[in-house]
Amino acid sequence: MRFKVMMRRLYYERLAFLSLIYLLLLILLSIIAPFIVPFDPEAQDLNNIMAAPNSHHWFGTDELGRDIFTRILLGGQAAIQAGLIGIMIPLLVGVPLGVISGYMGGIVDDIFMRVVDAILSFPAILLALAITGALGVSLWNAMIAIGIIFTPQFARLARGQTLQVRREPYVEAAKISGSGPFWIMVRHIFPNIASPIIVQASFSFSLAILVEASLSFLGMGAQSPQISWGGMLHQAYSMIFVNPLMMLFPGIAILLSVLAGNFLGDGLRIAIDPRMKRT
Amino acid sequence: MFFRFLLRRIFYVIPMLLITTLIVFSLILLIPGDPALALLGDNATAEKLAALRAQLGLDQPIIMQYWHWLTNAIQGDLGRSLFTGEYVSDAVFTRLGVTFQVVAMAMIFSFAFGLLFAITSVIKPNSWMDYIARFFGVLGTAIPNFWLAMILVVLFSVHLGWLPATGFTSISDHPVDFMKSVLLPSFCLGSFGAAQITRQLRSSLIEVLESDYIRTAYSKGLLLWQVIWKHGLRNALLPVVTTAGLLFGNMLGATVVIESVFAIPGMGQLAVHSILQRDFPMLQGVVLIMVLMILIINFITDVIYGVLDPRIEFE
Repeated sequence: MRFKVMMRRLYYERLAFLSLIYLLLLILLSIIAPFIVPFDPEAQDLNNIMAAPNSHHWFGTDELGRDIFTRILLGGQAAIQAGLIGIMIPLLVGVPLGVISGYMGGIVDDIFMRVVDAILSFPAILLALAITGALGVSLWNAMIAIGIIFTPQFARLARGQTLQVRREPYVEAAKISGSGPFWIMVRHIFPNIASPIIVQASFSFSLAILVEASLSFLGMGAQSPQISWGGMLHQAYSMIFVNPLMMLFPGIAILLSVLAGNFLGDGLRIAIDPRMKRT
Repeated sequence: MFFRFLLRRIFYVIPMLLITTLIVFSLILLIPGDPALALLGDNATAEKLAALRAQLGLDQPIIMQYWHWLTNAIQGDLGRSLFTGEYVSDAVFTRLGVTFQVVAMAMIFSFAFGLLFAITSVIKPNSWMDYIARFFGVLGTAIPNFWLAMILVVLFSVHLGWLPATGFTSISDHPVDFMKSVLLPSFCLGSFGAAQITRQLRSSLIEVLESDYIRTAYSKGLLLWQVIWKHGLRNALLPVVTTAGLLFGNMLGATVVIESVFAIPGMGQLAVHSILQRDFPMLQGVVLIMVLMILIINFITDVIYGVLDPRIEFE
């Protein structure tokens, strides 16, 4: 499907289109956040500890008197990075492996699919946790772990799609006209399986944000002074009996971003195949 | 026929078992640099390092290391904790029961809410009931479960004081306290599953209710609930069996977060602790047992699906 057609159809899926705008804004905000935030994220306003939202501190302050609005904006960086790395690694590693496996077929494909099935039988978050634990606890390693656990899913999807298109007339024609397998995969197979992969990437983006938040919440991701929404919730949890309000905004930030990724995925799926709309 | 079907499923599971154990074992290869040094820290003595290398078999070639680890694991020996020195298998199995109770309750929640929402939603499409069901279907898959947990703790523990914020009582010790301690964790654990089941069951019910035999059932004079109960659900529930298997794995993973929030001494909490303490044999043990449980559950759901669906031939 042509990209333009897809975008035009997406435009008519209002919720999905709004989500796309939200996500693009979020990416933009996280890039310019360091320049526009109203406070220093580590500055402690000790006269205003655990303040409720007010005109000065829009989202209130935490138990050290740090501005929560500032920290939410900066925490978006970790979420966006996790989302992007979480889909880049599978796109760069999983998709090519899946295409090759599906195109080649035979014993290589059998073994490859068994390995993919095996990795997929691990609970995603547990495997991410274990990989982070092995690599060493840090935000960067958590993001790599997220990328690794999403890779088999993309590989399986790409392989399945490749199986569907590899007997198509245009692939046969390319073969007859003497194109090598590498060229066929790059030029003919990949463009024709891209749509479902884009849909999957959208869902994985939001799942990556969720997993990053979970890992940071457990102390396995962002380490102070790195800021992450999950880390902010960890901090809010220790203050839950004192100031329950602290957990409000980081949670909303995660929820909205995950929702946006899911809505975008749903919308893209309909944009690609309008018959999906019924369900 | 059925026996051959069973045999084929078993032949599928065996290589899966081998590969998953290989993956669990390979986790140790991800540790950058010298694993012994990384696990014990910089100020470890040379004797301690040598002892750990011998314990983990790090002085042998990798394939031999795997072989030793696997043969020991098959005999139930998963090594000893680097931190407390207790047997990994003992620690894991005492916690297995706790996690199992929480996950079982979460599964019940998922199905109860999933069925309720899906059915109320298809009874009157586009009514307010339908919108509520769809709203929860969307929200449940996106809400961070630990955030939901915090909200519920504030509401039910801090404000109302009805339920404990943390801790766990086993069902065999005190059934009432068990229900109190498990209500919030398993609800948070089950919210994702409830949403998944709602979404899936709703769309498969809608599809089933449009089919010819449902129209026949109506024309026989059956009432709406009779049609849904006797003809709709029975056919629409089938794909949910597979979902249940997937959900089980998902929930088992999510215990890592939920058990930490509610301070429940289960497998998930053990996994988190063993990473924070760099207790690698323990981590491997937890991951291995969890994935084994998932493989067993997947095997069972596959077989159940095969038995339930007459359209699947045992060939």
